[in-house]
Amino acid sequence: MAIVYETPKALLDVPTHYCPGCTHGVIHKLIAEVMDELEILDKTIAVAPVGCSILMYNYFACDAIEAAHGRAPATATGVKRTNPDKVVFTYQGDGDLAAIGMGEIVHAAARGENLTSLFVNNCIYGMTGGQMAPTTLPGQITETTPYGRDVKLEGYPIRVSELISTLTGAYYVERVSVDTIPNLLKAKKAIKRAFENQIAGKGFSLIEVLSICPTNWGLSPRDSMKWLRDNMIPYYPLGIKKNTNEEVR
Amino acid sequence: MGEKVLMKGNEAIGEAAIRANCMAFFGYPITPQTEVAAFMSRRMHKIGRVFLQAESEVAAINMVYGAAGSGVRCMTSSSSPGISLMSEGISNIAAAELPCVIVNIVRGGPGLGSIQPAQSDYFQATRGGGHGDYNMPVLAPASIQEMVDLVQDAFDIADIYRNPVMVMGDGMLGQMMEPVEFKDRPAVNLPLKDWAANGLSGRKTHNIINSLFLEADILEQHNIHLQAKYAEIMKNEVRYEMINCEENCDLILVAYGTTSRICKNVVKSAIKEGLKIGLIRPITLWPFPIEAFEKTITKTKYGFLSVEMSCGQMVYDIKLAVNGIKPVAFYGRSGGVVPHPDDILNKAKEIIGGAQ
Amino acid sequence: MAKITFREDRCKGCKLCISICPKNIITMSTKLNIKGHHSASITADKMKECLGCAACAKMCPDSVITVEK
Repeated sequence: MAIVYETPKALLDVPTHYCPGCTHGVIHKLIAEVMDELEILDKTIAVAPVGCSILMYNYFACDAIEAAHGRAPATATGVKRTNPDKVVFTYQGDGDLAAIGMGEIVHAAARGENLTSLFVNNCIYGMTGGQMAPTTLPGQITETTPYGRDVKLEGYPIRVSELISTLTGAYYVERVSVDTIPNLLKAKKAIKRAFENQIAGKGFSLIEVLSICPTNWGLSPRDSMKWLRDNMIPYYPLGIKKNTNEEVR
Repeated sequence: MGEKVLMKGNEAIGEAAIRANCMAFFGYPITPQTEVAAFMSRRMHKIGRVFLQAESEVAAINMVYGAAGSGVRCMTSSSSPGISLMSEGISNIAAAELPCVIVNIVRGGPGLGSIQPAQSDYFQATRGGGHGDYNMPVLAPASIQEMVDLVQDAFDIADIYRNPVMVMGDGMLGQMMEPVEFKDRPAVNLPLKDWAANGLSGRKTHNIINSLFLEADILEQHNIHLQAKYAEIMKNEVRYEMINCEENCDLILVAYGTTSRICKNVVKSAIKEGLKIGLIRPITLWPFPIEAFEKTITKTKYGFLSVEMSCGQMVYDIKLAVNGIKPVAFYGRSGGVVPHPDDILNKAKEIIGGAQ
Repeated sequence: MAKITFREDRCKGCKLCISICPKNIITMSTKLNIKGHHSASITADKMKECLGCAACAKMCPDSVITVEK
């Protein structure tokens, strides 16, 4: 008997604090599998966000720096510019990246920083208990939109991948999801491409991963996946938004 | 070495940093220190080091945090409102125990204020600047030569203690030109940066740069550790200068930076008029040179006069040091106005004459 | 024929593996694990039907599952 699937080495064998069904665990695994396959664990530095995944540095086996809220792209820039031979990735939620951190992600992309950026989008602020995020959908009920997001008062959600893809400095931008196995495999492929781009010195890659938050959505993990499919994918279409090297598909 | 070069303060800061092996500069334009960034942008690329103009001061300090976290000697430079923006970052850097140098060329405040020189960031600098219990050494040069020496010292102090260090000048020092000599410096024994998050490279345990300690008793232990470090710094790193304080005097002026240069002239004028006035010039604002006051408290008849380009900030540290034993008065100008030596002397005479 | 191993004490009972299994062979254990969750499990009987596709292991957020084939 051969092992078909086991936990990647780049993840430490520790239980996580994430809620049951939280896709942070899934996305961490995909990144770790890619790190194993590309054999980059030894030279990778993770830059962690503020949010539910603030403790991700306890789960990855590589070196890590905890960034201030929203500032991971700037912190990662500081690391990568001074350590160009290392692999540096950022991992941010929708508050961290698209609210307080919008300036930093736009400028890191515009400068074409040779980084790999992961954006975990679940349309809500998880850690602080379910408030509206820049990516919360119109009509979606959150703790700070108890009657549903009203576009007249709270405006419209931001499609980050499309926004970043307009920047000439952005080399590769793709939106993926982890709700089904085929989507999960595509997500891993995208993440791998984003790391390979950095290793090849190509510039800035952003992978937006549509994710669930069963606890704050008030749904079971299984129902959350359905909610993602029915509501998020229509608003945030999956696919490659920017691919500077057209040969890479 | 031994050759004197005429340099503008802001540019001398940059040159000193380069000589101190600063490998990365992240900054943002703001008057009156933009020349630091401009100078670094010309020099750093040429010598294979990192220069990046960040999108904001917030981004700049977080870039410093990243570079410092990976074990690289780095710095930023800004002025008052920009330093305010950096406050969170400075707190994070101190909490994560990372070395870096932060230059503040102070301008008039509060708010957008003016672009003229001031000393109204004393509270902010000496009380850490950001949130939480922490401190950073604050070095206050009074000449371009001293600026050059202190910037280089700052990098070493930062590395030795794993702490951010601030070099605080003002718009006057930043803009003026004076002869500077870049002397050879004795080698300093610096600790290894084996804590840095710069990739495992065969290391068995990963390094995490972090300031989050969710359990209260663990965070308390961390705070106790930081306080012990600050106690070491207070013991070892105090610097000050005393002028005309050896004999008994009528009054001792207390001033730092640009204001201290003006006060040196006030002391000279006072001597000519037969008044016995001394000067304590703090060079480290934190740790505050309490011992200078312990040495002189019995010698000064009418106490101390704090002279600042602010509404009175250092005066409170003097009051703490003096502890009510002698009077402590204040004279200052704010808004970017530079005090005139005649006005300072008149205030001194008022204190001495009025008391008589 | 495939063999699935569950680290029962790590399971948080999220049931994503159950929803993703193409053969519908995963069920929740009746016991509670150390964290108070019902862990995912496969009975010996149902294990015979396992394809070894590893969909469950890939989807599991908590690295509970090892798949051998």
